[in-house]
Amino acid sequence: MKLRIIVTLKNGVLDPQGKAIQHALGGLGFDGVEDVRAGKIFELVLADGTSDEAIDEMCRKLLANTVIENYRVEKL
Amino acid sequence: MKTAVIVFPGSNCDRDIAVALEAVTGVKPAMVWHGETELPSGLGLIALPGGFSYGDYLRCGAIAARSPVVKAVIEAADKGMPVIGICNGFQVLTETGLLPGALMRNSGLNFVCRDVPLTVDNSQSIFTSGYRSGEQITIPVAHHDGNYFADAETLDRIEGEGRVAFRYAADINGSARNIAGVLNKAGNVLGMMPHPERRIEAAHGGTDGRRLFEGLLEAVA
Repeated sequence: MKLRIIVTLKNGVLDPQGKAIQHALGGLGFDGVEDVRAGKIFELVLADGTSDEAIDEMCRKLLANTVIENYRVEKL
Repeated sequence: MKTAVIVFPGSNCDRDIAVALEAVTGVKPAMVWHGETELPSGLGLIALPGGFSYGDYLRCGAIAARSPVVKAVIEAADKGMPVIGICNGFQVLTETGLLPGALMRNSGLNFVCRDVPLTVDNSQSIFTSGYRSGEQITIPVAHHDGNYFADAETLDRIEGEGRVAFRYAADINGSARNIAGVLNKAGNVLGMMPHPERRIEAAHGGTDGRRLFEGLLEAVA
C-alpha cells in the first residue's frame, strides 16, 4: 500500500521560510500572495495490512513534531 | 567527576565540549558513539554536543533523538542524571520530549554566528549556580535553527516554574520571550543554544562558559 503523509506547521507557529517564499513571489511580480506556509510530503510504501494505528504512530513518533506540526494521511 | 559526551554522525562540537569538561573536571570524558545501547557507569554528567547530527535530516535533532544511545540517556535523565544539550544537543532534547518546545529556523533566516550577551534568569539550578540571577554574561552562538517556540501556556508554565535558565539580552533569532536555555521540571536537564564550551579560557575571549561547568561541578559534588 502507498501513502502520502502531509506535514504542515500548526496555526500560530511562525514560518520564516514561508514568509521568505512569499516575498520572493512578490519580487517576481506576483501580486496578491497573501500568505505562504511551507510543509513536507512523505510518500511511504508499506506492507499491505499495516494498521492505521501503526501509521498514526509513525507520524507522531517521527515524521511530525506535534509540538509545531500537524499531519494528514492520504492513502493512494 | 566522570562525564560522557554523546557523539552522533555529524556532531562537530564534541571535541570542544570534551576539552572543556576535562579542563574543569580533570578527567577525560568518555566519548560514547550513537549506536551504543549502554552508558558507562558512574557518570555525573552527560553532554549532547553541538553540530549537525544526521545532517539535520527531517528536522534538527529528530533522528538523533531516536538513536539507540539516546534511549539510555532518557532513562538516565528520568532517574535524575544531569544532562546538558548544547545547540544541536538542545534540539535533540526537545525532540525527545525531555524539554518542552521546539527550535525552528531563525526568524531572520540567517545563520547567526557571534558572541551574544545573555541574561542569567535563574541561578538556582545546578547548571547556573556559578552565576548570579540577572547577571549578564557573554557566550557565542552559532546556529541556523535556534528560534525557540512553545505555545503561550507552556511558556507561562516554564517561566512560572523558574525553568528559563538564560535569555538573549536582545532578540537574535526570534525566540519566544528571548529564551536561550530551558530546564526540565526536575532541574537536571538543561538545553541551551549558546556554546559555553567555547568560553573556557581567557584566550577564547572570556571564561563565562567555564563558570557553568565549574558551578555544576560544585553543585553536584
